[in-house]
Amino acid sequence: MKHFLLATTLIFSAPAAMACETVTIGDLTVEHAWSKATIGAGRPGVFYVEIKNSGTTDDALVGITTPAAGMPMLHETVVQDGIASMPHAMSVPVPAGQSVQLAPGGYHGMLMELTTALKEGDSFPVTLSFEKSGEVTVNVDVLSLRAEGPDCADAGQ
Amino acid sequence: MLGVGAYRTRNRPARSEVLPVPIGQMTWTLTDHQGRLVRPSNWAGRPVMVFFGFTWCPDVCPTTLSDISLWLEELGADADRLIVALISVDPERDTPDVLAGYVSNFDPRIIGLTGPADEVAQAAADFRATYRRVDKEGGDYTMDHTAGVFLFHPDGRFASIIDFHEDRRFAVPKLRRTLS
Repeated sequence: MKHFLLATTLIFSAPAAMACETVTIGDLTVEHAWSKATIGAGRPGVFYVEIKNSGTTDDALVGITTPAAGMPMLHETVVQDGIASMPHAMSVPVPAGQSVQLAPGGYHGMLMELTTALKEGDSFPVTLSFEKSGEVTVNVDVLSLRAEGPDCADAGQ
Repeated sequence: MLGVGAYRTRNRPARSEVLPVPIGQMTWTLTDHQGRLVRPSNWAGRPVMVFFGFTWCPDVCPTTLSDISLWLEELGADADRLIVALISVDPERDTPDVLAGYVSNFDPRIIGLTGPADEVAQAAADFRATYRRVDKEGGDYTMDHTAGVFLFHPDGRFASIIDFHEDRRFAVPKLRRTLS
């Protein structure tokens, strides 16, 4: 019986996919972390994630690090007068009581100098540094280049 | 549909003071991802959808190509006569082979086009698109570029643009109007 219970617990606690993993630090919840497969290691990879701040203090994502890339940076896609550019973002505000998404067409992590090509089905860790809450590491699922987001049961996007 | 274009022009003078010229008046010659030469005359009589981008682009380009792939799937066989082309603004890195590897990730009806720098510049001028190289530290570079998707009627007249941040629900109806 004990073994049966243990097995059941394992089944129900195993996430459907890494991207559906949720990690918390202080008042912040970090979830739905995903990336896209790359063709070779020469092109930059991308990193998307959702951050909820359930506290009463504003915070900000100020940097990301990962063993998957030599130079990971925060960027923002900006479309002005029809022209898309991708300036470096010094930080991504995570205001109190709000949710922020790094998502296609907006803020995103740009993973330059990939150590190896990102392949669909792989996962890699990314450590997020917050101005006030400190650091937290989340596992990032590599989806296809065509993917528009992770398929999580609770993904309210 | 030209009325829509004119309306856009009045409201966004910085973006499109001039509309793209009709396909039949364009003068570029590019090479597709299978190494074949492509000229505007090859597209005569067919509706056209063109997007400028580059394969090193991590966010805007795969997102747009994913969207286009979904639109094409929704249109099904209705879109089979539609020419769908990604024109690279980074011909230095985007050779036909590189483009072939890239477009194979999306709907098979999407073709990649590249060519000598002056031909890419001619294509951008004909479409009234712009692009600019932005150097980054370490010798790497990225490209700023027009992000909208250009639509043309089967007779080559410019139809409309699907903006990058436009509500995607309007894209398929817009496309249907272009196809008919």
